[in-house]
Amino acid sequence: MIGPTPSQTVGPYFTMKLSNNNVLIGPAVEGEPIRIEGRVFDGDGAFVEDALVEIWQADAAGEYAVSAGAGTAKFTGFGRAESDPTTGTYWFETIKPGRVPDPEGELQAPHVSVIVQARGMLRPVFTRLYFSDEMEANDADLILRMVPPERRSTLLASVARVEDRKVYQFDVRLQGDEETVFFDF
Amino acid sequence: MTTDLSDHPPFRYPDYRSTIKRSPDMKMIEIIRTLTEETGPGPIVADLSSEDADLTTNAGTGAAAIGERIIVTGKVLDTYGGPLPKTLIEIWQANASGRYTHWRETEFPAPLDPNFLGAGQCLTDDEGIYRFTTIKPGPYPWGNHANAWRPSHIHLSLLGPRVRSRLVTQMYFEGDPLLALDPIFNAVPEHSRSRMVARYDHQVTVPNWALGWRWDIVLEG
Ligand SMILES: [Fe+3]
Repeated sequence: MIGPTPSQTVGPYFTMKLSNNNVLIGPAVEGEPIRIEGRVFDGDGAFVEDALVEIWQADAAGEYAVSAGAGTAKFTGFGRAESDPTTGTYWFETIKPGRVPDPEGELQAPHVSVIVQARGMLRPVFTRLYFSDEMEANDADLILRMVPPERRSTLLASVARVEDRKVYQFDVRLQGDEETVFFDF
Repeated sequence: MTTDLSDHPPFRYPDYRSTIKRSPDMKMIEIIRTLTEETGPGPIVADLSSEDADLTTNAGTGAAAIGERIIVTGKVLDTYGGPLPKTLIEIWQANASGRYTHWRETEFPAPLDPNFLGAGQCLTDDEGIYRFTTIKPGPYPWGNHANAWRPSHIHLSLLGPRVRSRLVTQMYFEGDPLLALDPIFNAVPEHSRSRMVARYDHQVTVPNWALGWRWDIVLEG
């Protein structure tokens, strides 16, 4: 084994290169279109004005694009959004992911893998977004059951409003009483 | 398998002031890996990308950027030492005088270079080798503490084969006297700091054209 290259902060200037790629849907993409939006908060409860939020998710059938063959997938499952510097809001237009099998052969609840970075973060944090209107699947989810019950709500995106599609709100709290659950794997 | 985090900086490193309020307090929760964690966007993103690996000319003005032209090359590897072919590396950096083209950067009175964007990308080949041409970035001051200066560095972003391969890091230059004074560099444990430092390599240097630097990148996952 050789040692990994250490992580460093993304800094305040990442939008010079890592620009928004936050619309994952198009005419050829099957599934229920949804919007995910939210803000990232620091330990003082102030929104992070320069956060980089990335998502990785399965398609409506619960498959990752890499299994389909990278070049042929209509839905990449990868998104990247910067927070708005004045409101702090990040957003994605995507589809509700299907259910992905877990190693025990059961189906996981629909979920989105989320990676958050910012100036002042020397490493990324890894978390998962679950949907508050999938409680039955959530209760049986192998990964959610590894989270202490009193902290599970930090991983639930709730329907903030319904426009032509459901708008789920998912805020990330980096520190403090309501700190989001972050994963190591 | 959880990741050995001892090679990385801690979330909270008070000498780098902005970490104080942006670092988690609670322990990470260890989970097993499912298909979600065993896959990642790297191969797809690379598949959809093309090279834009010469930052000295990619401003599209028809003229070359000012500064010390350099070539940076090396391999992208996994932790078993195997090459990671077809991996996208996205790059951003300051110009020769230490100035970014970013809209937030307004305080440092150093000149902008109309022929330098400071952003580009390259892809690794079948052996995991990448290569880009750029201008050696200048050091720049920042507000972290009195008389604080960042050493010359290039920001890089890589998406690997798995979620946990995600790496954002900075490449530094061997021999820079500012390294010893930089809290972002020094937040990394001493034993792994040198993995962020490129070495001058005369074999990479192209006669009458550009000085060569060599640096390998190792992704987890
Ligand atoms: Fe920088």
